[in-house]
Amino acid sequence: MSIVSQSPYVDMKALKKGEVNLGTSIMAIKFKDGVILGADSRTSMGAMVANRVTDKLTKVHDNIWCCRSGSAADTQAVSEYVRLYLDQYKINYGREPTPKTAAALFRKLCYENKNVLTAGIICAGFDEKTGGEIYSIPIGGSVHKQDYAIAGSGSSYIYGLCNTHYKQEMSQDEAVEFVKMSLTQAIRWDGSSGGCIRMVILTKNGVERLLFTPQEYQLN
Amino acid sequence: MTSIGTGYDLSNSVFSPDGRVFQVEYAGKAVENGSTSIGIRCKDGIVLAVEKITVSKLLKLGANKRIQTVDKHVGVVYSGMNPDGRHIVTRSREEARHWRDQFREQMPIPTLAANVASYVQLYTVYNSVRPFGVNTIIGGVDDEGSHLYMIDPSGKSWGYRGAASGRGRQTVNNELEKLDFDKLTAAEAVKEAARILYVAHEDNKDKDFELEISWVTEANGRVHEFVPESLLAEAKIYAEEQLDADVEG
Repeated sequence: MSIVSQSPYVDMKALKKGEVNLGTSIMAIKFKDGVILGADSRTSMGAMVANRVTDKLTKVHDNIWCCRSGSAADTQAVSEYVRLYLDQYKINYGREPTPKTAAALFRKLCYENKNVLTAGIICAGFDEKTGGEIYSIPIGGSVHKQDYAIAGSGSSYIYGLCNTHYKQEMSQDEAVEFVKMSLTQAIRWDGSSGGCIRMVILTKNGVERLLFTPQEYQLN
Repeated sequence: MTSIGTGYDLSNSVFSPDGRVFQVEYAGKAVENGSTSIGIRCKDGIVLAVEKITVSKLLKLGANKRIQTVDKHVGVVYSGMNPDGRHIVTRSREEARHWRDQFREQMPIPTLAANVASYVQLYTVYNSVRPFGVNTIIGGVDDEGSHLYMIDPSGKSWGYRGAASGRGRQTVNNELEKLDFDKLTAAEAVKEAARILYVAHEDNKDKDFELEISWVTEANGRVHEFVPESLLAEAKIYAEEQLDADVEG
């Protein structure tokens, strides 16, 4: 595989003609009390917006979620497999799976089926022992543990922005503001990202969801 | 053995009228005459030990290891038919490797013991195979703490604080019951294991034997390894001293 396959861009050629595509801006960040996952809500089929209020933040276990980018069909299938495996893990072994284990399962599916999949996934979760954890699993099926991760077609416009403004140990309000600001810019510059900004906040208190409509986040 | 079995002992897949499977019980007999092995679960780790009878003066000392490593954090020792034991170790290693490959974490020891026990159990229900002639003691330390399990030929797996198997098990169990497992450290347990094996060997005095001791402790980074030479030597001296004291007392 060439270096290009490691890039955060969705490989458009790998999509079949007319395949539903998550031309996307997704991210996940660690903050003081846990992690926040964020995503835009546009799903496109070529030039058409197939869904303007898509939910790209998907639950795979109580406190482990993922952001999906690439082919909608592929990433839905992969995340449903991971959800199944994590449920079985809890039932069979009587303990909670960790975000690391979830990332290992995503990696296994994405790496071993790399020839047929177009899936760029960010897996994030909160665990009592390790706190918040973020794993990026880009198209080739590699795993990268990061403090924050951005992916999808829109992410290429905000690498510098995030690098400049990300701070460790942000408060929840600061972190939400950071994700909102970053995704606003990704959506502003990427034609295939748009719609609302969705967020999922994972802390020791459980799960909280946020939704920002274009009226709420747009600067102009 | 008088007329036990009476035709009901020819197959794994046949119960006797009073509900026993004789082949499995005979496998237990193979274990009873096996070499004595011990497992001790203490507060900061586990210790495994085995008494190896030197059957020939031509055998090279230290060359024929009996305790084996399953995964970084897990060790195994067994009494009974050694080739059967090695097969179970191979299977245990496959289990641990498969877990690592799937979940990218060390296999929890209770799960490992349960899976190996399920495998052993399979060999008690088909008439084309025979049960394993070994008691397997699995010990290690994982995120949940230290664990010690013993699996018998029927596939029964129980968790222990101190486990003994083989020829000297009765003597060993008597000695193990005197230990305070809540206070015992791994280093102390090594010495006690040596002492107990020396005591158990008293019934079998005419034969020479070698001592093999391994451990997994928090202090050594949860790695299964043989105890250092110096500690082993120290344990042997302690064992001999205690034994002499007992004889005099």
